[in-house]
Amino acid sequence: MEDLIKITVIDREGEAHELDAPTDMNMNLMELCKSYELPVLGTCGGMAMCASCQVYVENDKASLERNDDEQAMLDDAWYVEDNSRLGCQIHLAQEHNGLVVRLAPSDDF
Amino acid sequence: MHSEIENMITTDILIIGAGPVGLFTVFEAGLLKLRCHLIDSLPEPGGQCAEIYPKKPIYDIPGFPEVLAGDLVSNLMKQIEPFNPTFTLGESAVTVEETEDDQFIVTTDKGTKHKAPIVAIAGGLGVFTPRKPPIANITDFEDKGIKYIVKDPEEWRDKKVVISGGGDTALDWTIYFAETLNCDVTLVHRSQSFRAHNDSVQKAMDMAEAGKLKLMLDSEVVALKGGDHLETVTIKSKSGDIIEEAVDSWLPLFGLTPKLGPIAEWGLEIEKGAIKVDNATDYRTNRPGIYAIGDVNTYPGKLKLILCGFHEATIMCQSAFAKIYPDKKNVLKYTTVNGVNAF
Repeated sequence: MEDLIKITVIDREGEAHELDAPTDMNMNLMELCKSYELPVLGTCGGMAMCASCQVYVENDKASLERNDDEQAMLDDAWYVEDNSRLGCQIHLAQEHNGLVVRLAPSDDF
Repeated sequence: MHSEIENMITTDILIIGAGPVGLFTVFEAGLLKLRCHLIDSLPEPGGQCAEIYPKKPIYDIPGFPEVLAGDLVSNLMKQIEPFNPTFTLGESAVTVEETEDDQFIVTTDKGTKHKAPIVAIAGGLGVFTPRKPPIANITDFEDKGIKYIVKDPEEWRDKKVVISGGGDTALDWTIYFAETLNCDVTLVHRSQSFRAHNDSVQKAMDMAEAGKLKLMLDSEVVALKGGDHLETVTIKSKSGDIIEEAVDSWLPLFGLTPKLGPIAEWGLEIEKGAIKVDNATDYRTNRPGIYAIGDVNTYPGKLKLILCGFHEATIMCQSAFAKIYPDKKNVLKYTTVNGVNAF
């Protein structure tokens, strides 16, 4: 299916999960992780208000540019690195094909 | 024994959680002439809608093309007014025990006791608890210099205080501590910009300029030292500078996050952090008389939506009525026919 892209998510144990991600379902990376039952809470539902979906972008397949809400949330979050993004603010599209991300540490898992 | 019962809050349905689903339960119960009392750890009703996103629009409440989460809560409060619900706010339900007369006694963290034949857990994602910075020895100084919530600000009068955070709570308390409590206060924030009302940000900037408070931007507290009480906080800036500040108190004000909390110990079947219920019947849990509705429950096909929670609450109330009055006949009544009969 041409609407599918490949995303690799490295979990907190270091295991890499290669996920098929639809680009025609208005899905973000937090939702994708949840749909594969990876340990991502997404407490706020995707409003950039909880940082429970923080990931580190490990290659150049996603922009490191953050939107204002996302930046403000990351300013009040922990374990933030230069390549931190909120998964819920990465809206999956063709350009993300081959994206590799690593889940940030979490107090909930 | 008699006096102990007199000191207890008694009701028909004890609702744990005053979010939208808990509030709507009062309405559906009220139509069946069942009284409700709600317990919530937050000081105001509304749950996530009030605490996390009061200004966000919701588009999937039937009949409302668009409604702000905060307005939905106000509307629900108005809708349930005729049924005169009562509240225990700012306290969280900690334990549940069954009595010999087939009722439940639920006790809060502050010792308030409630007795009811039916318990409806509408706890959402759980009890809102402070987000704690990941500093290894932080728990050593909790209530010994570190607090995550300001309840009685007078406690800090004339003290040397460091506050962390970039939202309204952190900014408002920083200003209040400097202006009203004569504190030597420093606000430490990881960025240059704040997620807060512009006038608060401007006011804090002006006060810093005038030497009434200290702002340390692009900085964060990274370490704590002390004996029986917190003595110093170590603040690291983005450029790598490290300073150690002697303090009486540090207030990390990074907001609240929900955790299932003590309800997880109530002997209820839990699956992936949610309470398993029987959706084929009435959202009962594995403990007869205890139901779970809204985001706190799970069943095959569960959707965490407010509108689904409303449905679950409605079904649950019918079942609660049958359990409380097993011999009474009851048929579904329409509000268009009967209106709303207040009590």
